[in-house]
Amino acid sequence: MSAARGPQAEARAPARPVLSLRGITKRFGPLIANDDIGFEVAPGEIVALLGENGAGKTTLMNIIFGHYVADEGEVSVAGPDGALAPLPPGSAEAALRAGVGMVHQHFTLAENLTAFENIVLGTESLWRLSYGGGGARARVEAIAASSGLDVDLDAPVSRLSVGEKQRVEILKALYRDARVLILDEPTAVLTPQEADGLAATVRALAARGLAVIFISHKLAEVVALCHRILVLRGGRLVADRAAAGCDRATLADLMVGRSIEVTRTPRRPGGPPVLVLDHASADGERGRGALREASLVVHGGEIVGVAGVSGNGQGALAALVAGLAAPRSGRLEVLGGTIRAADPAAMVRRGVGRIPEDRHREGSIGRMSIAENLMLESVRDGAFQRLGFIRRRAAREHAEEAIAAFDVRCPGPDAPIRLLSGGNMQKVILARALERSPMLILANQPTRGLDVAATADVHRRLIAARDRGAGVLLISEDLDEIFVLADRIAAIHHGRLTPSFATETLDTRAVGLMMAGHDPTTQEPEFETAGGRAP
Amino acid sequence: MTATLDILANPSFWAAALRIATPLIFGVLGALLCERAGVLNLGIEGIFVAGAMAGWLSVYLGLSLWGGVAVAALTGAAFGLLHAILTVPLGLSQHVTGIGVTLLATSMSYFGYRVAFPSVTSPPRITPFQPLDPGPLRAIPVLGEVLAQQTALTWLAIGLVVVLGYVLARTPLGLALRACGDNPAAVESQGLSVTALRMGAVMAGSALMALGGAFLTMSAFNAFFFGMIGGRGWVCIALTVFASWRPGKALLGALLFGAFDAFQVRLQTVSGGVAPSQVFLMVPYALSILALLLVARRADYPRALMQPYFRGQR
Amino acid sequence: MIRLARRDNPPLWLSAVASVGAALAALALTAVPLALTGAPVAGAFRLMAEGAAGSLFAFTETLSRATPLIFTGLAAAIAFRARLWNIGAEGQLYAGALAAVAVGTGAVSLPAPALVPLVLLAGAAAGALLMLAPVVFKLRFSADEVVTTLLLNFIVLLFVQMMLEGPMKDPMGLGWPQSEPLVDEAVLPKIVDKMRLHWGFGIAVVAAVLAQLMIDRTVWGFEIRAVGENAPAARYAGLPVTRTMLRVGLLSGACAGLAGACEVAGLKGYLTADLSPGFGYAGIVVAMLSGLSPLGVIPASIFVAGVFVGADTMSRSIGVSNYLADLVVAMALLCVLVGGLATRYRVEFTRRDART
Repeated sequence: MSAARGPQAEARAPARPVLSLRGITKRFGPLIANDDIGFEVAPGEIVALLGENGAGKTTLMNIIFGHYVADEGEVSVAGPDGALAPLPPGSAEAALRAGVGMVHQHFTLAENLTAFENIVLGTESLWRLSYGGGGARARVEAIAASSGLDVDLDAPVSRLSVGEKQRVEILKALYRDARVLILDEPTAVLTPQEADGLAATVRALAARGLAVIFISHKLAEVVALCHRILVLRGGRLVADRAAAGCDRATLADLMVGRSIEVTRTPRRPGGPPVLVLDHASADGERGRGALREASLVVHGGEIVGVAGVSGNGQGALAALVAGLAAPRSGRLEVLGGTIRAADPAAMVRRGVGRIPEDRHREGSIGRMSIAENLMLESVRDGAFQRLGFIRRRAAREHAEEAIAAFDVRCPGPDAPIRLLSGGNMQKVILARALERSPMLILANQPTRGLDVAATADVHRRLIAARDRGAGVLLISEDLDEIFVLADRIAAIHHGRLTPSFATETLDTRAVGLMMAGHDPTTQEPEFETAGGRAP
Repeated sequence: MTATLDILANPSFWAAALRIATPLIFGVLGALLCERAGVLNLGIEGIFVAGAMAGWLSVYLGLSLWGGVAVAALTGAAFGLLHAILTVPLGLSQHVTGIGVTLLATSMSYFGYRVAFPSVTSPPRITPFQPLDPGPLRAIPVLGEVLAQQTALTWLAIGLVVVLGYVLARTPLGLALRACGDNPAAVESQGLSVTALRMGAVMAGSALMALGGAFLTMSAFNAFFFGMIGGRGWVCIALTVFASWRPGKALLGALLFGAFDAFQVRLQTVSGGVAPSQVFLMVPYALSILALLLVARRADYPRALMQPYFRGQR
Repeated sequence: MIRLARRDNPPLWLSAVASVGAALAALALTAVPLALTGAPVAGAFRLMAEGAAGSLFAFTETLSRATPLIFTGLAAAIAFRARLWNIGAEGQLYAGALAAVAVGTGAVSLPAPALVPLVLLAGAAAGALLMLAPVVFKLRFSADEVVTTLLLNFIVLLFVQMMLEGPMKDPMGLGWPQSEPLVDEAVLPKIVDKMRLHWGFGIAVVAAVLAQLMIDRTVWGFEIRAVGENAPAARYAGLPVTRTMLRVGLLSGACAGLAGACEVAGLKGYLTADLSPGFGYAGIVVAMLSGLSPLGVIPASIFVAGVFVGADTMSRSIGVSNYLADLVVAMALLCVLVGGLATRYRVEFTRRDART
């Protein structure tokens, strides 16, 4: 345990820390998710925890919050007297009582309860005859008012927007007198403007003495907001330094460890339209997230990116192009044919390659083999069956080719696909979607949760598909990804699709405004839409 | 038509309806308690049998009636514990486990009965619960007469509707249970144990189901027969969906069901052989399917129903 | 140090071990209530074993009891593979038996090589038809098929009783509610002379082999597995989810219907309302014991049938109720669930400190 921890030496030692981690190590089988991590956080400090997917951020936070038990090391939290006391491992309740609050990336709210009910849930004895008594209501209101967290306390959570839900989560922590607040990727679900509002709240809370740990992989916001930056890579803490004067390029190198460049060639305009949406409307799931009168054209040889905060109609848009739904009104043309009925198989036959948003839920069948997953869309083709019997040798040979071509790291074509890592699973899905050289490709959040190398691989393949003349509809919440890949960018907000603009003419701020439903045309960019020119 | 009106105007018809509804009230309350916490309990049919058998047998062996009720509830809770262990911490399929619990509880009850009474020709009897005097309520026209024919267990069932309704709607425990059935992570994030809450709900719910069975052997009848539950448990599962997991609506649904059932029995006697008796006996099952079809599409199932939850995993 | 580690990919032999282990565990657990009755435990189990397989006759009895269980086991296994919870095999069995009787009691007169298949076909069709409603209810109204199939069991049984007391009652039956006997041309021939084992067993085995082939080798099987393992992904990929569900429902119902038809045409010769002592529900246990593998259904059925036949023998000799058999079967179901969970873990022995 006495091994030198190089990076920590650089950090300024905070006076009287409120949270202290020492030698945290956590293994999952052969994988070391956290390797001897130690740092301290002082009251009023905003500390960023940076790292790529898989760097160990979430594991570390789950250990602090008692969801996981560390194999080695200790988490200590200061009591009211300021003296550090070790936290009993594996107890979320102990963490809560000690004043550690956490806002998860996926909200932990019961949607059938109101905001107020969610806040008081678990804060009083279960055997009392009524909840929320003893001035609880007044306290929640006072906290909400003083911290600027404006929420309708009596609305069922199911009716709140994403931003409001996040405020309820923060209120939950504050109501429990949190002295340390952990925010896990809090801006991933917000528009840039909403993210600014959150930053203001965080600053105000820190000014009143709250210690904040801000988990992110977005360099810019972290440098702007935080006092100190910790960088995790491969489960190790590789940097701990003051944010002031931090240079983004250096941080990026620290985070990634190696730089991976995606070379992007300029687009060659002039392909035929492969996807036309003309005032197309479609229903969303459970009556939410519908698409309203969307108009958009994607040509062969270009990538059109649709930016937006999740739940704004991306699902309905993707469902249309994937063939899972038909437009309720308006027109949908795919590769020259008009689509009138929901028929995913017909989309495949037309030559649409589809990369679903959730590779576990819609993209793969975990317990079936890689070979079977590869022929999921084409099992009824003559190539794979004769008289209703599967041609197993053909399927196997096909799988071996695809595994080689897409560099899937796996035990073999007969292994169940659920054993693969996210990146390799995505390669199988890409192989299935791209192998027949589709002329229209739907890529819905194609790199969510992938590490840097796997992301770069997906990006390269999408650009290669574009370069051979395919049109790509890229739906992504990750603005960086949209800017890297897209030739034109549209945004989606409350089911409405903005006109699309050439990427060169836009910056993050402009796309942020578009994502919030504002018109960015003050910049007068060149654009084209199916429905005519924007005002 | 006049026959129908005659039937409906008769207090004894409504008394029968309430009597038929009583075991269903217990069953639906039990099922909705389990399901509100996120666990489907298809052990219900077998737990009915076990409750009927255990309660009746203990009274036959000399325990008081209320002692028998307690034994029935404990028996139900024990089978609930089995179902809970298998489905909550172990996360096994709630469908298949429930069927397994039903088979186990049924066969244990039948085996136990045969061991206790290896060779009886007519089932041994007990003195069941007697109707309870409703006191001043007796003065109410029709309703008073209906209530006067009910035993303490029916009153208990109605009382439990109020209690469970209040607990779910107003108390911290109710909040926690409802949250368990919607998003267990929300419960865990507030420092409560999803496992403990769900297991407790399943045990308590199973105890209620067993009371439904006990009502049959200790109030409606005075003996235990093979096959006497006859699908009442499954009916309760359908009625739970029909009642949209609300105790008040559960009471209403059970009463409606009881009224239909009582009505067909009377219609059968009045109509005198127009159709074979089996046609009438099919009515309750067909009604349950119909009730399910009517509401299933719009039903607001607890979001986390049948989703096992493991800590630290979202 | 001993610790449990998750197994990513439990091998096939391990699930077989789990099933055998579950069967043995169920027998062992049943020793407790057996001992409580005061009966000699070892003696009772020996009697059960002898009753199930102690002689050629006993074994043919077991196989003949296994026949309907193979069919109802297949009905559950195929449906469960697609996550279609058909708990209605009991009702479908009676529907099949009723149809077999309707066709085989003289309504159609054909030579045996034509009439026997027709009787079986009628049974399969009736079972399939009965399963159609719950599947349509599920697809169209999202009504839980568990509840609908369970409730239909009661309706069908009442319907059978009604027919046996009414239009299909045997006038020569001395007032008992039973159907007329099947004509000789409709009866399945015996496999072994003077024993009750009939060719229904052969048909059941062939059905299991065909079902295994279908699941493993055909497009239908591929679609069934895909829909069962992950319906949203199957739908996304363009597989015909609705059609697959309907097909699975019909196949499953047909299997259960065959169970009833074979019981009538092979064993009983006529229909009574107590034709099945719960073969439909036992089929669920069989399916789970088989690990939802059609071929595995055969040994699993023979085990369950052996328990039933053996318990009858034991019950006759020492007077312990044969409900003990139901107890074993129910225990086996719960044990195999736990056993299946256990296969997903393995015990690891690790040394904390290095060897000296």
